[in-house]
Amino acid sequence: MADARIIPAPNQNPETEPYYRAFGEGRFLVPVCLACGKAHWYPRFFCPYCGGKTEPRESRGEGTIYSYSIMRRVERPFALAYVELAEGPRMMTNLVDCDFDALAIGQKVRLAFKPAADGTAMPCFTPVPGER
Amino acid sequence: MAEAFIVGAFEHPTRKATDKSVGQLHAESALGALADAGLSLSDVDGYFWSGVMPNLGIVSLSDYMNLKLRYFDSSDVGGASPIVHVSHAVEAIRKGKCDVALVTLAGRPRSEGQATGTGARAGNALQPDSPWESSFGPVTSNVYGMCAMRHMHDYGTTSEQLAWVKVAASHHAQHNPAALLRDVVTVEEVVNSPIVSDPLHRLDCCVITDGGGALVLAREEIARKLSRPLVRPIGMGEAIMGQDGGRIDLTVSAGSRSAPVAFEQAGLARTDIKYASIYDSFTITVVIEVEDLGFCAKGAGGRFVADGNLISGVGKLPWNTDGGGLCNNHPANRGGMTKIIEAVRQLRGEAHPAVQVRHCDLALAHGTGGLLGARHSAATLIMERV
Repeated sequence: MADARIIPAPNQNPETEPYYRAFGEGRFLVPVCLACGKAHWYPRFFCPYCGGKTEPRESRGEGTIYSYSIMRRVERPFALAYVELAEGPRMMTNLVDCDFDALAIGQKVRLAFKPAADGTAMPCFTPVPGER
Repeated sequence: MAEAFIVGAFEHPTRKATDKSVGQLHAESALGALADAGLSLSDVDGYFWSGVMPNLGIVSLSDYMNLKLRYFDSSDVGGASPIVHVSHAVEAIRKGKCDVALVTLAGRPRSEGQATGTGARAGNALQPDSPWESSFGPVTSNVYGMCAMRHMHDYGTTSEQLAWVKVAASHHAQHNPAALLRDVVTVEEVVNSPIVSDPLHRLDCCVITDGGGALVLAREEIARKLSRPLVRPIGMGEAIMGQDGGRIDLTVSAGSRSAPVAFEQAGLARTDIKYASIYDSFTITVVIEVEDLGFCAKGAGGRFVADGNLISGVGKLPWNTDGGGLCNNHPANRGGMTKIIEAVRQLRGEAHPAVQVRHCDLALAHGTGGLLGARHSAATLIMERV
């Protein structure tokens, strides 16, 4: 495995703060609508489907690879992906700690927090061993 | 209601403009299109612009060209912007908001050494998606790569089918002296070129060029006094599509919403279209767009573009006969302008004779802007020769 890419620190704002704070405590949160019950991603204070108020709920961070692409023309190749969470939404993320050439759409993955350049815990995903 | 016509079109001949400013490229393009129309800067009373010039760019450029405007629009939706601008200019002219509309596009990413497809973009921290995505490195080619991966997974599309898009562009570009890349390439050469971001190879990606272009639209009374062939926009649609709160489908674009509106307005069937300019930021873009435009069923795009079906004189849908963004020109990283210009050439019968479509009376220009695999715009424009 090549040296992992250094993940740049994310921009943050008051709307993102509760999420990234929880990530720093090892908790992965997914916003769920209190009115219609649907989960969405990326997190918003309102539900993009019905406009209802949302609540960050702790997630087990399980999902499958919806799609991915290995960026190769850089010093440290990396895997950009959409992971479909068990809660439903597909989130943009990085696939880490894996053999890029063994990845496949549909593969089971689980959450793996990785530190960004400034130490912020970033919600990345890694293949579940023995699962395709 | 006043009718609007496209009366002037000009593609800046440069592909590398180290010796010119961005303002100059806009003005040279504007002057070129106005000369083509037989009009001058003082005739312009509507201006449509978008580009990488934050903070009142349209005000600066209007002042630079000393335009006396009563209507303007700087809607910025990326590469589709010029197509949106034509649509908005037609509406403005129909409503009497302006008589002569100028649309310009220009930029110099090549001179500035921009790694358009592979380098991280500064982005805009104020965009609400930025805190959730920019750190993960969506750099254009990998976002389109994810679309291609999913399209292959869902529909069995192959790298060889994608390669046919580039092959068709290269067949056309060989006849365009201004094209950046004029060598005809084969499917093998495309699939054997280095991978940029899976599954897209170097030759699946469009070029990076400096330059620009401009269009002039005019009210019917003015248009009919001019000597150039008349081109009339008859169908226009635009749409923006995003991640749908996380229910994104990477194989569908906003073209699926812009195209039906344009075709309904025009009262035409897909088979009526003699020539199509379709944005080719990547080969996969064209495969997804031919489906969403309705030229084939969803999932059949790979088979549709294969075997030369996009090559003028060979296939069923003559496409990007200037060589497109894949071979000819992609000024300012925005392909919408050159798409319209080549469609206008085809309708006027002024495309290169080797690629000119016979009896080309109905043409389409379609563009996308932003990132197909994240959030993007689309605009469809159907035009007729009068």
